Amino acid sequence: MTPKIKLSGVRKSFGQKMVLDGVDLEIAPGQSVVVIGGSGVGKSVLLKCILGLVTPDEGSIEVDGVEVTGLRGGARSEVLRKFGMLFQSAALFDSLTVWENVAFGLIEGAGMARGPAHTKAIETLARVGLAEDVAELDPAELSGGMKKRVGLARAIATTPEILFFDEPTTGLDPIMGDVINDLIAKSVRELGATALSITHDLASARKIADRIAMLHDGRIIWQGPVADVDHSGNDHVDQFIHGRADGPIQMQVLKP
Amino acid sequence: MFVITFLATIGRTFLNFLRVSGRLAMFAGRAMDAVIRPPFYPRLILKQMASIGYYSLPVVGLTALFTGMVLALQIFLGSARFNAESAVASIVVIGITREIGPVIASLMVAGRVGAAIAAEIGTMRVTEQIDALTTLATNPFRYLVAPRLIAAVLTLPILVLIADIVGVFGAYTVGVVKLGFSPVAYIQNSLDFLQVMDVVSGLAKAAVFGFIIALMGCYHGYYSRGGAQGVGKATTNAVVSASILLLSADYVLTELFFAQ
Ligand SMILES: Nc1ncnc2c1ncn2[C@@H]1O[C@H](COP(=O)(O)OP(=O)(O)OP(=O)(O)O)[C@@H](O)[C@H]1O
Ligand SMILES: [Mg+2]
Repeated sequence: MTPKIKLSGVRKSFGQKMVLDGVDLEIAPGQSVVVIGGSGVGKSVLLKCILGLVTPDEGSIEVDGVEVTGLRGGARSEVLRKFGMLFQSAALFDSLTVWENVAFGLIEGAGMARGPAHTKAIETLARVGLAEDVAELDPAELSGGMKKRVGLARAIATTPEILFFDEPTTGLDPIMGDVINDLIAKSVRELGATALSITHDLASARKIADRIAMLHDGRIIWQGPVADVDHSGNDHVDQFIHGRADGPIQMQVLKP
Repeated sequence: MFVITFLATIGRTFLNFLRVSGRLAMFAGRAMDAVIRPPFYPRLILKQMASIGYYSLPVVGLTALFTGMVLALQIFLGSARFNAESAVASIVVIGITREIGPVIASLMVAGRVGAAIAAEIGTMRVTEQIDALTTLATNPFRYLVAPRLIAAVLTLPILVLIADIVGVFGAYTVGVVKLGFSPVAYIQNSLDFLQVMDVVSGLAKAAVFGFIIALMGCYHGYYSRGGAQGVGKATTNAVVSASILLLSADYVLTELFFAQ
C-alpha cells in the first residue's frame, strides 16, 4: 500500500542553521502520527515543508505517491485541497469574522454558497465547543484558546483527507484539551483521515496517536507504536517523556 | 585594503540592487497574471475601492484645495512681474490638471493607502495568515494582491479628477475673493486654454501611479519579515519607494505624452 505521506531525506537549513538534516517518515492512510520533540527542533518547519510553505533544500516528499516538492499552480491546489492545517498561532484572518474564517475553505476552495457555508460553519464551531454567538465576532475578540478552536474548526470544516495539527491543545484548559483530543481522534476514526500532529503534551499524544515519532537534531531518532513509547529503549525519548532536565538532550540555557 | 573594502561595498550594493529588482519584477509578473486570470474577487475589489477611494477623499480634497489656493496666489505674484496677471486662471488650470492634481493626490494616497496595504499584508505575513490562505487552496496573489491593484488603478483617476476640480475651485476662490478677478472672466479664462489632453493625461498618469502605489504596498508587505518591527519597516519602505517611483514615472510619462 502506498503511504499517504512519505518523506525521505528531507533537509532544510535557514542560513547557517541546519534545522532538518535528513528526515525520513512514512504515514499510512488513516493513521495518526504524533511528532514530539523539544522546542525549536523544527517540528513546525517539518509540517510547513509538507504543506509546501517552506521549500526543502533536499529530499523528497510524496503525498499519495505523488512528489509534491516544487509543485505549482493547479497541481499544487489539487494537493492542498486534501489538507487541513491548524497553525500553532491559529493564524485566523483578522479581516473576517469567526464564521467566515471557518467557512473560508468551503466558500473559496470548494465554491459553496455563503448560506449553506454559514450553516456548516456554525455546525463545525459547535463540534469544537463554540456557541453560535461566537460566530459573528472578530478573531481579535477571542481568547487564545478560543482562537485555537476556531483554527481547528477551519481545518476540519472541509473534511480533508489529511489533517495537520501544530500543537492543538497548547493554551487550552485540561478539560477543553481533552475535548479537542477526542475530536481529533474522532475525525481520524470517523472520516478516515490521516493525521500528523505536533505536541509537547504526552497525555494528548497517547490519546490521538497510533504512532509516535521523535524529532531531534534534525532527524527522526525514534518512532514506534504509541504503546512502545514507555519502553522505547531510547535515552532521548525517555528523557522527553519524563520531562527531565538531565539527560542526553541539553537545553541551551545558562546553568547558575 | 581600504580600496578593496570600498569596491566590495559597491559590488555588494550593486548585486543587492539586482536581486531586489529581479524579485520585484517577478512579483509584478505574478501580480499581473493574477489580475488577468480568474478567479476574480469583485467583493474584495469593491471593498478596496472604498478603502482606497472613499476614505481618501478628505485628505485628497483638503490638500488639493490648499494647493490650488497657493498656486493661484504664487502665479499671480510671479506673473505680476511681467504684467501677465490675466493669464493666472489658464496657467493654474493647466498646472493643476497636468501635474499638481495627479502628483499631490497620488502622494497623499501613497502615504495613506500604500502604508495601509503594506501594514495589512505585512501583518498577515508575519502572523502566518498568508500561509493559512495558501493551505486553504487560495492564491494570495489573486486574493490579496490583484484586488488591491485593480482597485487602485480604477480609483486613482477618480480621486485625481476630484482633486482637479477642488484645486481649480480653490484657485478660483482666491482669484475672485482676494485677487479681484470677476467670476465670469476667471472661469472663461480657465476654460479657454484648457485642452482635453491636459485632463486626460493627468488621469492616465493617475492610473499608473495607482498601480505603483498598490504594487509597492503589496510587495513590501508580502516580503516583510520578523514581527512588528518588520511590518513597520515594510510600511516605511512602501511609502518611500512608491513616492520615488511615482515621481520618476511622472517624468517619463510627461515625456511620452507631450514631447514632440
Ligand atoms: N522562516 C524562518 N527563517 C529562519 N529561521 C526559521 C524560520 N522558520 C523557522 N526557523 C528556525 O527553525 C528552527 C525550528 O523552528 P520551528 O518553528 O520548526 O520549531 P518547533 O520545533 O516548532 O518549536 P516549538 O515547539 O517551539 O514550536 C528555529 O530555530 C527557528 O529559528
Ligand atoms: Mg512549532
